[in-house]
Amino acid sequence: MGLSNERSEGSALAGRSNTELSGDEPWITTKLDAFVNWGRKNSLWPMPFGTACCAIEFMATAASKYDLARFGMERQAFTPRQADLLICAGRVPFKLAPVLRRIWQQMPQPKWCISMGACASTGGMFDNYAVVQGIDSIIPVDVYVPGCPPRPEGLMYGILMLQKKVENERSSDRSLRHEMEPDPKSQLYIPPSVIDEVSEPFGNSIHQTRSGL
Amino acid sequence: MNNGFTPVVAGRASGGDAAAPATPTSIAHRGGAMNPSADAIRQRFAGVLHRADVVWGETTVIVDRTRVHDVIQWLHDDPSQLYDYLSDVTAVEFRDLEQAVEVVWHLRSLPFRRFLRVKVLLEKGAPLEVPSVWDIYKGADWLERECYDMFGIRFAGHPDLRRLLMWEQYKEGFPLRKDFPLRGRFSRSEQLRQALAANPEARYSKDELSIADAFEDLPADMRQRLGTGERTGE
Amino acid sequence: MPTTKRTVDVQLSTTGMDAQGRPQRVPLVVDESGSPVAVEAPPSMDPDLTGEHMLINMGPQHPATHGVLRLVLELDGETVVRCIPHIGYLHCGFEKIGEYRQYNQIIPWTDREDYLNSPGNNVAFALGAERLFGIDITERCKVLRVMACELSRIISHLVWLGTTSIDIGAFTPFLWAFQQREIVYEMLESWVGARLTTSLTRVGGMAADIPDDFLPKLTAFVNTFPKVVDEIDRVITRNGIWVGRTVGLGVMSPEEAVNYGLSGPMVRASGVAFDVRKDFPYLDYETYDFDVPVGTNGDVYDRFLVRMEELRQSTSILAQTLKRLPDGPVNVDDHRTILPPKSKATSDMESMIHHFKQVMEGPRPPIGEAYVAVESPKGEKGYYMVSDGSSKPVRWRIRPPSFVNLSAIPRMVEGHLLSDVIAINASIDIVMGEIDR
Repeated sequence: MGLSNERSEGSALAGRSNTELSGDEPWITTKLDAFVNWGRKNSLWPMPFGTACCAIEFMATAASKYDLARFGMERQAFTPRQADLLICAGRVPFKLAPVLRRIWQQMPQPKWCISMGACASTGGMFDNYAVVQGIDSIIPVDVYVPGCPPRPEGLMYGILMLQKKVENERSSDRSLRHEMEPDPKSQLYIPPSVIDEVSEPFGNSIHQTRSGL
Repeated sequence: MNNGFTPVVAGRASGGDAAAPATPTSIAHRGGAMNPSADAIRQRFAGVLHRADVVWGETTVIVDRTRVHDVIQWLHDDPSQLYDYLSDVTAVEFRDLEQAVEVVWHLRSLPFRRFLRVKVLLEKGAPLEVPSVWDIYKGADWLERECYDMFGIRFAGHPDLRRLLMWEQYKEGFPLRKDFPLRGRFSRSEQLRQALAANPEARYSKDELSIADAFEDLPADMRQRLGTGERTGE
Repeated sequence: MPTTKRTVDVQLSTTGMDAQGRPQRVPLVVDESGSPVAVEAPPSMDPDLTGEHMLINMGPQHPATHGVLRLVLELDGETVVRCIPHIGYLHCGFEKIGEYRQYNQIIPWTDREDYLNSPGNNVAFALGAERLFGIDITERCKVLRVMACELSRIISHLVWLGTTSIDIGAFTPFLWAFQQREIVYEMLESWVGARLTTSLTRVGGMAADIPDDFLPKLTAFVNTFPKVVDEIDRVITRNGIWVGRTVGLGVMSPEEAVNYGLSGPMVRASGVAFDVRKDFPYLDYETYDFDVPVGTNGDVYDRFLVRMEELRQSTSILAQTLKRLPDGPVNVDDHRTILPPKSKATSDMESMIHHFKQVMEGPRPPIGEAYVAVESPKGEKGYYMVSDGSSKPVRWRIRPPSFVNLSAIPRMVEGHLLSDVIAINASIDIVMGEIDR
């Protein structure tokens, strides 16, 4: 896998002006990008936002047998202000949701997020009143690692996938480092009533008709 | 290290001739050996003990709601009972909503190696209120707060009865009630919206804020909201 | 010139405890004879500052709170005057969802709540469900469950040891402890397929019988693990920093400990010999020969010593299970709860009906209730189940030991310094998954 920088004119992304084709970029920019991305991907400092069982598997991945230090991730930042990578390991209840968003906002750019485990990705086995059904409704996620908990090899595969993603970033792409805050005045804002109506067959509605339980 | 140390050993009051505890096997569904404390309660408190059962080897004692605090106090203090360890305080609501809500105390007597379950039935329509045993067992503090949080049962006499697991302004209700749906009352998007609307920095209780001179440091809109009496949560 | 050896008595850097059992935190000044002299704290430079207390928020995201725990601390300088803990940041509705799952379906949920002690939780729940069904398990199953419980105790204490070492400042024991965990993970994975969240038991038996390589691996582990414990012991137990940071902190007297409902190593360090395995036995624990370590002072150091000794005792129990594992069936022959073997389920009509009923509807216990408590590494862990005759429990209550242990933290932390809060918190051995459920 890898991101291709060639976009056909008819594709949905053709209108985006902030991604240049690699053919048009001067070679010094591509070499600089390669160098910067090489540095970034090999020294991602993770911030383990570990809540539950996945945090223990993260610790096991960081320990001697499945060493994370060989990826440059030995120095774990427990303060978001010094971290590159937020690894959300474990289930996130609604009470913890604003905390997670605040932590994400405190991380400086460039930053990435790995959602480790089933609970962080989709809510996992916790389809009930208390758990957020996937942290991507709170923060933007780059890589989802499935598993309950994922094996250390699984987490490392996710990290390698993220490294591939970092490798293929281009500094000319300004949208990468742009953070959007939810803004009711923006054109992308969807009012709550419309969200409820659209999501009725998927999430729980007030009718609780989705499954028999 | 410490020469005069004598550990407090569970079972010390049973005496040297009491049988050593053993793993129970082939337990009968009903009608096993009853905990002697049940009869002791019946003799000490007239008319308070409504029923005593032995189910799967464990004795359950159902007492009157108005006297349960006296019963538990006596069970804690009396030298022949010495239930010094509170294991759990919880509640049970049945699917058949006509059946009473039960508030359950699990008591252990470490000196006598006994286990007793004390229950109070709150009939349908009765106020969900029972006396708190915090003055007897300090461990009841959080157990009762959690019971309030999940069921809405008030514990009279508890020093600080507020929600423990959910946040204080949780609007959906009491989660473990049977009329509370599994996924909550609101839609997922509404639940998320309400959760994210909370400002994590505002999550201090009033008395925490009164400790520090932090009130002046709060943002102006928060000070204004607190000044008009809004509760900050937690 | 021959070198002479001499024995040096290491003096601890604190002056000890006062009459109420609180540690004395005054600067250590010694006179000519070497005995400590208490001095007055120097008057503060700015008299206006003496009355001001600071409010500090620790958590819910913090490397040292062992999970999402939030402590609001009122500080007078560096001394904690009051501590207000806030929990609930990992509340995931376990007890609610237990009412919507069949008994065998609840077992994966018991893994996730105290996730350091997954096999132990599985065993505890299975014992409770079997009490509710009135099932007596087979002898082989009992011994296998004791193996699971003690392995689980070892791996839970190893995580506690590793994370407490990091909190207090030693990083290496963390790596040593997790290396041992990997060895146990391999055993559990070959047994039941999962490393951490095992779902080892079923109502009436186990998920699977042990594979052929399990016993040799366990024997090798039992032989090598005590040496690892000794190595960690050599590094930290008599270390001046470790001792100085843990002795005299968070003292709970025996009466207080019992009154607060503390259990497990917390209450045993305070001098109360209460262990559910000895006092309310299950799985024939009364027939095993093991000791229960009991501390004297009830401080953080004693809890550490108690848990270190429990590691050794668990290893000896495992050695005994290796000798006494009987042959025979693992699962009880009860068609209500145990699925028939596949060969019979596809050929024999009765087995097919039993299989169908169990999978579609689930095993249904008689009307009743049961509370079974086991000794988890954290304390008294109990599952209280109420059945109304249907396949899903009416109420599934988890009695969480860390929850009740943590409620004593305001009492333990008062009067200590801010850095002591970390050490005391680490000594309680909390698992937020169990506290918040």
